Amino acid sequence: MSQATETSAAMVDAAQVAAQSRGYWKTVWLRLRGDKVTIACFVVLALIVLSAVLADWLAPADPYKTSMLKRLKPIGTEGFPLGTDELGRDMLSRLLHGGRLSLFMGIVPVVYALVIGGALGLVAGFLGGRVNMLIMRTIDVLYAFPSVLLAVAISGSLGAGVTNAIVSLTVVFVPPIARVTESVTTQVRSLDFVDAARASGAGTFTIIRVHVLSNVLGPVFIYATSLISVSIILAAGLSFLGLGTEPPHPEWGLMLNTLRQSIYVSPWVAALPGVMIFFTSLSFNLMSDGLRSAMDVRL
Amino acid sequence: MTAYILRRLLYVLPIALGVTVLVFSLVHLAPGDPLNAVVAPDAPKEVVEQLKRDYGFDKPLPVQYFIWLGRTLTGDLGTSVATGRSVTEALRAAVPNTLVLAAGASLLGFTLGCLFGGIAGYYQGTWIDKLSTAIAITGVSIPHYWLGIVLVIVFAVELNTLPAMGMGPGGSSAWAWDIEHMKHLVLPVVTLSVIPMGIVTRTMRAAMAEILSQEFVQTLRAKGLRSYQVLAHVVKNAAPTVLAVLGLQLGYLMGGSILVETVFSWPGTGFLLNDAIFRRDIPLLQGTILVLAMFFVVLNLMVDILQSAIDPRMART
Repeated sequence: MSQATETSAAMVDAAQVAAQSRGYWKTVWLRLRGDKVTIACFVVLALIVLSAVLADWLAPADPYKTSMLKRLKPIGTEGFPLGTDELGRDMLSRLLHGGRLSLFMGIVPVVYALVIGGALGLVAGFLGGRVNMLIMRTIDVLYAFPSVLLAVAISGSLGAGVTNAIVSLTVVFVPPIARVTESVTTQVRSLDFVDAARASGAGTFTIIRVHVLSNVLGPVFIYATSLISVSIILAAGLSFLGLGTEPPHPEWGLMLNTLRQSIYVSPWVAALPGVMIFFTSLSFNLMSDGLRSAMDVRL
Repeated sequence: MTAYILRRLLYVLPIALGVTVLVFSLVHLAPGDPLNAVVAPDAPKEVVEQLKRDYGFDKPLPVQYFIWLGRTLTGDLGTSVATGRSVTEALRAAVPNTLVLAAGASLLGFTLGCLFGGIAGYYQGTWIDKLSTAIAITGVSIPHYWLGIVLVIVFAVELNTLPAMGMGPGGSSAWAWDIEHMKHLVLPVVTLSVIPMGIVTRTMRAAMAEILSQEFVQTLRAKGLRSYQVLAHVVKNAAPTVLAVLGLQLGYLMGGSILVETVFSWPGTGFLLNDAIFRRDIPLLQGTILVLAMFFVVLNLMVDILQSAIDPRMART
């Protein structure tokens, strides 16, 4: 088959995909618009992200400024709406600033894992056979560790630090993403339109790029969004254990850890950083569920 | 059945070996020389060389691995760099404590999860269903270490009814079946149980919904069976799926209890890990992780075998 026919065939395919997807996205949008819970989660997440990004302007005080006289003030103190921490720093400012690292450490590993695990799963699923064996059996070894344990093992060996925490969480999320990508790819690969594309002379790379990827990306993306919730909890958990951020930087998990010492003096202030982790994680979880049903993805 | 068990064993062996390789390489992930923790920075060169030979660090990596594996298989997990104690001994004291915690949490989470999930699946679309789903999603979204802190604030700080720390009176580090130890167990178990509760609720609801939509349920109803008799059939069919989740969760809790153990100063494996991280005690870290991961692998194997014993169709795939 000549080069020209191949390109035109691909163009026809692409046009068809585009025509179908316009209708599909419109349906998704209509479904999302009627889903109040998901909309609410979008708004909450947008507010959390915005408040972290704009923390420099929103925060009423310097999150690093300590004061021995104003230590552990309760919630509602004049000038400190959410009280102060064990070093007299303004809690509201620290919570706003803390969102930066907590969100960063929670979201980045999932993005990395989506790229790495997605690529591995795609290759394993599409090529099958020995390559599949090799990749998936190696991944099975990582699956032999409960996720918290794997994160602690790698982070604990590498030592404390944001980069190390991100590396360890990426390793935690590569296996599940690779597994989901592999199973979706294997299903797509056996569908008729892939055979048709191959029969019309499309090369392996073109088939993966045009036909497989467009069908695999949606479900895998949705699955990855459901992992962000876990990732946020784990990232803050690593900091809570002293494996993530180091003091004096504000980060929700680390704040929970340092405030734990003062739990008998100022109990409810000590619980505040966890409220932020909880709401962020809950919103991501509900949003992911909403997206999943709107996009009609079954995993 | 025997053939299936053998096949599963053959499949698990390479994974177990892979786990040992990964745990072994943890030492080399650590920045700097593995001897850094034991040797003073100004130690003379000869002493360092001698120590390297003693610890076997002068040999090539694969040789080091097989020596380490050989020792590990005989139950010798090395000595803690920080305390000089045997890692195996430390684990022998800590593993039962974590097991008590994980088993209690699995039992509680599983019972509640089956209850909520079962009700939600049976009465789909009603407010009970919505409530159960809300409980489930809260269970999987809540940072459990924070929940532990909140429970301590409510029950230990404000109400002063339950102990906030430790496993028993006077810093007890061995489990005993008395009222004081039970009191210490309540908060950590409740904290740890929210994760399996959420996951089991979700799984149970999905399994119930799927089975209820199958034709045999309609047939049972058409035959005139009472609703509890139909329910018995449904529960029997949902059992393998839910059992698999329970097994996985027990393993997850064993490995994942580190955060909760830290909150409650529970003297289990999580406490050891925490100690190992804090003092950069790599042999202790390695040994603890290896034991917990192996526990998880063996548990998975047992679940698979048990599952196929309940439902022979599983063994054929």
